This record gives sequence, structure tokens and C-alpha cells, in this order.
Amino acid sequence: MFPTPIQKQSMAAQVSYQALLPLALIMWLLPLIAVALFSIRPLADFTNGNYWGMPSSFEFFENYGKVFFESDMPRYLWNSVLITVPTVIGAVALSCMTGFALGIYRFRGNLLIFFMFIAGNFVPFQILMVPVRDLTVSIGLYDTKLGLVLFHVAFQTGFCTLFMRNFIRALPHELIEAARVEGVAEWRIFWFVVLPLMRPAIAALSVLIFTFIWNDYFWAVVLTQGPGAQPVTAGITSFNSQFVAQYHLMSAGSIVAALPPVAMFFLMQRHFIAGLTLGAVK
Amino acid sequence: MSTATSTRRWNPQITTPLLFLLPGVLFFLLYVIIPIGQSFNISFYKWDGLGEAEWVGLRNYERLMQDRAFEVSLWNNMKWLVLYLLAIPAGLFIALFLNQTVTGIRLYKSLFFFPFVISQVVVGLVFSWFYLPREGLLNAVITTFGMEPINVLGDPVLATYGVIAAGLWPQTAYCMILYLTGLNAVDPEQIEAGRLDGAKGWRMLWHIILPQLRPATFIAFVVTIIGALRSFDLISIMTNGGPFGSTRVLSFYMFEKALSEYGFRMGYGSAIAVVLFLIMLVFIAYFLWSMWREERAGRH
Amino acid sequence: MLKTFARAAGALVLTTALVQPAYAELSGTLRIMSDMSNPAPRAIIEGLAADFDAMHPDLTVEVDVVDREAWKSQIRNALTADAPDVINWYAANRMGPYVRAGLFEDISDMWDNGDLTGLDSVKGAMTMDGKQWGVPYTYYQWGIYYREDIFDELGLTEPATFEEEIANCQKILDSGRKCYTIGTKFLWTAGGWFDYLNMRTNGFDHHMALARGELSWTEDEGVRATFANWRKLIDMGAFIDDHQTYSWQEALPFFVKGEATAYLMGNFVVPHLREAGFTDDQIDFYQFPKIGDHPMGEDAPTDTFHIAANAKNKEAARAFLQYVTSPEVQTKINAADGLGQLPVNSNATVGDDEFLQQGFVMLSQNATGGIAQFFDRDFPAEMAKTGMEGLQEFMVFPDNLDDILERLEFTRQDVY
Repeated sequence: MFPTPIQKQSMAAQVSYQALLPLALIMWLLPLIAVALFSIRPLADFTNGNYWGMPSSFEFFENYGKVFFESDMPRYLWNSVLITVPTVIGAVALSCMTGFALGIYRFRGNLLIFFMFIAGNFVPFQILMVPVRDLTVSIGLYDTKLGLVLFHVAFQTGFCTLFMRNFIRALPHELIEAARVEGVAEWRIFWFVVLPLMRPAIAALSVLIFTFIWNDYFWAVVLTQGPGAQPVTAGITSFNSQFVAQYHLMSAGSIVAALPPVAMFFLMQRHFIAGLTLGAVK
Repeated sequence: MSTATSTRRWNPQITTPLLFLLPGVLFFLLYVIIPIGQSFNISFYKWDGLGEAEWVGLRNYERLMQDRAFEVSLWNNMKWLVLYLLAIPAGLFIALFLNQTVTGIRLYKSLFFFPFVISQVVVGLVFSWFYLPREGLLNAVITTFGMEPINVLGDPVLATYGVIAAGLWPQTAYCMILYLTGLNAVDPEQIEAGRLDGAKGWRMLWHIILPQLRPATFIAFVVTIIGALRSFDLISIMTNGGPFGSTRVLSFYMFEKALSEYGFRMGYGSAIAVVLFLIMLVFIAYFLWSMWREERAGRH
Repeated sequence: MLKTFARAAGALVLTTALVQPAYAELSGTLRIMSDMSNPAPRAIIEGLAADFDAMHPDLTVEVDVVDREAWKSQIRNALTADAPDVINWYAANRMGPYVRAGLFEDISDMWDNGDLTGLDSVKGAMTMDGKQWGVPYTYYQWGIYYREDIFDELGLTEPATFEEEIANCQKILDSGRKCYTIGTKFLWTAGGWFDYLNMRTNGFDHHMALARGELSWTEDEGVRATFANWRKLIDMGAFIDDHQTYSWQEALPFFVKGEATAYLMGNFVVPHLREAGFTDDQIDFYQFPKIGDHPMGEDAPTDTFHIAANAKNKEAARAFLQYVTSPEVQTKINAADGLGQLPVNSNATVGDDEFLQQGFVMLSQNATGGIAQFFDRDFPAEMAKTGMEGLQEFMVFPDNLDDILERLEFTRQDVY
């Protein structure tokens, strides 16, 4: 193991390491801690310039209550759910298929198609912006959740295919060969042999895509407007203009907006990290 | 390649992958590949997104050359590219720091990582409040050390660095997790062998550990470069391109021009996007080449 | 919640319904997209929607409130794709891009056939190419809002000339305060300062010629004189520090806490000040003081409603525009407990409020130079954007003036 395990070092080193850990963490999360502290302060603290002293009162319920009951925040959050969940399902479903096709079969153009997906996945969004907006407008899906979902599914298919194809490649090929020898139809091989083996990849990818899509801002701004369809990342600017300069409410609002992917991460940590670090080891 | 087995009947070995690929490929072509070509095409037109597009040849590009805002954006993109790469050593450093087995270390690792999970919009808000000249924690801290307060986002020189610093926060977390996973897989025997040869500390890291972390470094490099060139959210949230346009980057400037209040400059915006794409293309080509080499090596 | 609100407003609905022509046959959905996102305006637009909804049983009124700053970059998008029926915007030149792009509905017929009475004085601001493209719903004076209590404490009086203004400011600075709060993050607040300094230094006509692109930013001596006057204040340290980081609302606490004593702003600032707990004894208003010997010109921006050319329910949209401009509704929404601004209908009553009354008198009697809309409404949008960016930069780095003016001149030659 590198670096040398701390247990093998002097007592002094061990103690200082243990002391350094929480300190480093606090430093690391300082901006976030600041926001969390802001979000439970009363308005009066800001008017009086008491930003960092003891809060004069503890207004957790008051502030977060306002976010949930006196703003469009719940609508935006719900929009985010309605955009994110179908995207995850769509992108994962499509890429299971493309991944299967590219990972199992050998045919001319296999690598070419695979590289098309990878390359497309890397392009800057701006090169797609004008045509995609145009396309969405012309099929009447501008400012709808569906319009956003369709684009996200298409774009994420690039990354998902890369992921799935590499995962399927690593599966034991003998299983498939065995099934073929038995005369099992190709689609049944996909459904009954490969898909069950892909469960961990599906889980990892779902969590990952959930986070990516939930956090998308650019496409939300380009393809939607107003609380009818906008997800929370875009909606938060409206929220902030409603409570402008009221840092306690804006802080509470952004914490609420950030929470779902954070919760997802802590609940599904293993899958999340497995997904993110695929390929980081050989 | 056609063999004797191919008869007039459909070969499931060919048709199955085709059918499985069809929806994904069509979708991807429609929303990603074709639009790239369209953007190139639009960049030769003057078009407001509504009426007739007017062919102007290279005029959009000629105008770009004289546009000072474009120059500033391009220059800022370079700053982003270079400075964003700091996330890689920083992530490695934190990973080395956390790669221990003391009680509670798993929770520490998660907490160090989770800025990456937060949306850039919230990261931007969090940092812009952190930087506030009066209310912000940054100035509260540095004034206790007797330094003059600074207005990071209000200073045209500092602002871009302030935004990049905010971007480095989640990006470093990402690199950290890549390296933590990589460190897990480092071959203990090689470390032992290195120890016997008297390698310690830096030498050990450089000669024995880092070569084994190459896959992690490659991915960290890829995601960081992409992240740097995609930077949009943070700028839009933190400074809106200001003060006096000093924090614009190409991705933001393109958006501003193409969807601005006073008229959609679709052609001009597309020209900016094309420039950004060409910069990216250099890296994409490098990534694909690396992957292709690996594919070939992996095949046999 | 909208339902209960609608019921509460029922009484008013009945009275207004009597004077309205019967639109009971209106049906379908009326979609309003509004930029009235600050708290007081937000309540107004939601109330208007609820009332209008209650008046027309077969009509469903939907209102989406969009952030006012974000709306400026969203409007074109909104109008081109899946357009709502009614939207908010600004009068005069700023309508130009949308009128020319054919995105606003021509409603000249409403103006001609007497659907819109009492609006003659504002017709000009809605006219472009000889046609009318919308209706105003409010306008407001600009001027200097100040802390009366601090003025009293320092023994200061409302200045009438720039010299007095500067003398006052010096005393304020000596007392350890700043003279003016301002937040220029979204740029337009700096435009307000330029408008006044230029109208006072060179007169209204010069200002308008500049807006029309007839004067050179680099060659014109008058423009330089304006910036020189501005520089006097900047060099004194009259403005709060770090204003480029704040929005106009974020700059309010400086005023509230007494760290700055005055705010050059539109009258929409008053509800915010009252909300902060100020009484009329503590705050007051004066007209921007005289500099050169010119008749006083004033900024009085007009905010508007328009019908999208691609609207789906134009009939209901027209009825809504008529409803909003009727004297009763005008009186109500512009009252001190509403928007706290001036009604556009001459048959409406100006709110019983010291600021509204002062503003009304100022605009009707003491604005002989002329009435301007505002920097970002009088100048073409692209000029305004570059211009205000330059103004902001000037306020932070006044030494960059030559460079800034060159940039503005470059843009001017490009835009007009």
C-alpha cells in the first residue's frame, strides 16, 4: 500500500494524522459549511451585519418552510424528477442494446460506430446548440420536458454506450458461445444471458446519469423557460430573484436544489464510484 | 470477408447487431452528429433563426478576428485549460492523504468527494457568496489575518481565477476518487520490491506508483479537459461574463451572441462554436488515438 | 391558493366587470409570461391573472413569472417558440428588435377604435412605424431617494445644483458615509447615472441625438464633459465600493443601514424601502440637480404588455390588455400598496403617497426638457449592452475612459 500505512509510523505521526483529517475536511467543505450556516439564520442577522457570529435565532424550519411553501421550488423539483427519471431509463435502455451489439458482435464498422459514440460524447455543447434548439422548436417540443428528455437521452447514449460496451466486453464470452451452441436466438441471449449479468453496470450507470441530468443547466436554459418545464437548476435563478439579497433563503433554496443527487450518492455510493472509476484501473 | 455460410437468408450475426444499434445510432445521429455538421454550415450564414439565412462566406470568421470580446474569451479558455489541469495533481495529493485505513476513513472519503455531486449551479452560487466582499467568508477569514479584503468577482483580473477556483473544487474531488481507486489496485509486490531497492517517498511515487496509475491519470486528463472547455454554468451563475466582460469564455460568449436579447446571431454564434469545437477536436483526436491503440493491444 | 385569492378579489371584480364590455364569451386558456418577479409586482400580476380569470368563467388564465433579468435574454426565445399570449416588455426603442422581427402583434386597431381610452399621452411610446404594438401598464419617475434623517442630522438640504450636490456629498463623506449606493452587476443602474449626468450637462436633445447614434463617442466634447462631471463624484469616493458585484437589490442594505445616504433609482425602490421599515419621515426624494443651463429632462421608463404575434388566444389577450389599462385597474395596481408607481391612464388616480405625488408633479410640470425612457431603452439594444459595460468599467476604472470610448465608438459605427 502506498503511502506507507500510518499504523506503521510513529505515534506522533498517527496522532497528528488523526487531528489533521477533520481539519482538512472542514477546510475543504468551508464554502458549503458557510452556506449551510447561512440557511438557518434569521433575516435580522443579515440586516445587522452578523454574518459569522452566533445566529440570533435558529430559523431552520422557517427558512426551509418558505422554500417549500412560498415559492415555485417544489414545481421545479418535480420537473427535475420528470426530466431525469425518463432520461435515465431511456439512455440506459438504448445503451444496453448498443453496448450489446458493439461488445458481442464482430462486424465491419464496429469500431467506427463505437468511436462515433465516444467522439460525440466529448464535443462542446455549443456546437449542437443552434441546430438542436431548432429541431426542438420545429417538432413543437420547445419548452416541454419531453423535448429536454429526448435530447438528453440521445446525448447520454454516447457515454452510456462507451460504458456498457466495455463492460460487456469483459463478460465471459463462453456463456454466450454456449448459448449459441444450444441454438438460443440472439435476442434471447441478450435478454436472458447478458442482461442479468449487466445489473451492476445498469445500477452504476443509472446513478451516474441521474446525477449528470439532474445537474444539467445549459440545456435547461436553451430548451425550456418558466416554471412549466424548467428543472431546478434553471429555476433556482427565478427563486433567487424572488428572494433577492435574502441570503438565508437563497442558501436554503440551493441546498434543497442540491440535495437529491447528494442523497442519491450517499445511498448508492458503491455503484456511483464503480461507475465513475470504470477504466481507472486495468 | 464474406464466407460460404452467408446464404440468402438473413444472418442473425449481422442483423441482430444492426437492429440493436438502430435506435441508439439514429437518435445519436439526429441529435449529435448531424447538428455538428449543421453548425459548421450555419457559421457561413447570417441568420437570425427566423427568416431567410444569408450566405456570407467567411465573414463571420473575419469579424471574429477583430472582436475584442472573442479575443478575451479565447484567452480565458486557455487559462481554464491550463489551470483546470491543477485538479489532477491536487486530486492525487488528496488521494494520497486519504489512502489510509483508520477508523471512519470511508466517511471522510465520501465527504471529500461529494462536492462533485452538487450541480455546478449550486457550486457557483456557493462560491459567489463565499467571495462576497462584505458578507463572504473568504474576506472574513483573510481580514482576521490582517489582510486587506478582496473583491474577487468584481476585479477583472481576479474574477476568472475566482471562477476557475470554484470549478477546481468539484473537479479535484473527481480526480481524487479516480486516484483512490487506482491506488487500491497498485501491486503491493512492486512496492515491496521498490522498498528493498531503497525507494522512498517521492522516488517511490514517481518511479513505481505513478506508472501504475496511468489509466487513472488518462481518465482524469480526459474529463478535466472536457470540463475546462465546457465551462459555462459557473460563469453564467457567478459573473454573467462580467465585470465588463472579463470572464467570458467561448462557450458563454457563443450563447450570449446566439440567444441574445437584441437578435439571434445564429451564424456568428455558430462560428464561435466551431472554433471551440476545433480546439476540442485536437484533444478528441488524441483521446481516440489512445483508445484505439489500447483496443488493438487488448484484442490479442 | 389562486382560487382563494380570486375569491378575495371578488368584490373588485364585480365593480370592474360593470364598466367592462361583456367578454363572457372568452374561452380557452390565456397564457401570460411575465417578468414581474420582484415581490410587489409578483403579487400584482398574480392578482391580475386571478381577477381576470374570475371575470371569465370559461377562460383559464395561466401566469408564469420569469426572473426579470433573465427575461431580457429569454424574451426572443419565448416569442419565437411556443409563444405565450401576453408578455411583458418595455416601451419605445426597446420594442424595435421584436417589432422588426414581426414578433409583436400590431394592435393599432385597438388604439384607433376607442378600446383604449385615456392613454393618449403614452401612445407615442408605443408607436413604431406609425403603428401601436402594445399597451403600457405603469411608468415611474427616476430621481434621488435619500435618507432624510441623515440629511437632517448633518444639516443638509435637497440640492438644486450640481455644486450643492457635491458640497452635500463632501459633508456626507466627512461623516464617514458614502453618498450613493449602487449595484452595477446587471449594468443598467450605471445607465441611469449616465442618462442624468448627460441630460443635465448637455441637455435632453443632445442625449437623444447620442441615443440615435448621431454623435461620436470619441469626438463629441459634450460626452467628455459628462464623463468629467461623473469623474468628480468617482474621485471623491462618492459611490460605494465593489458595486460591480451587486445587483440593485443587493445594494439596498447600504442605504438601509445608513452606510450610504442616497440612491439614484426608479420609484419601484420605494416598496423595498418601506419593507425595510422606513417611514416617510426617514426617506425622501428630489429631482436630479441642475448642471448646465438646460431645461430638465427626465427618465420615466414605461413598462408594457404585448401580444405575441404567434399567440394562440389573441381575443383573450386583447381583452386582457384593455382590462389592464382601464382606469380602475390602473388606479389599483399602481397604488402605493401595489406597484407604487404611476398609472398610465389619465383617468386613473395617482396614489396618495408622497413619492408618487412628487413624481407626478415633477414629470408633469418640471420635465420641460423632455421625457426619456432609459439608457437601455433609448439606445439600440446592442449599443446599450456595450455602452453599459463601458459605463460600469468607467465607474471602477475611470482612467480607462479613452479606451472605453473607442470601444463604444466602434460599436456605434457597427450598430447604426
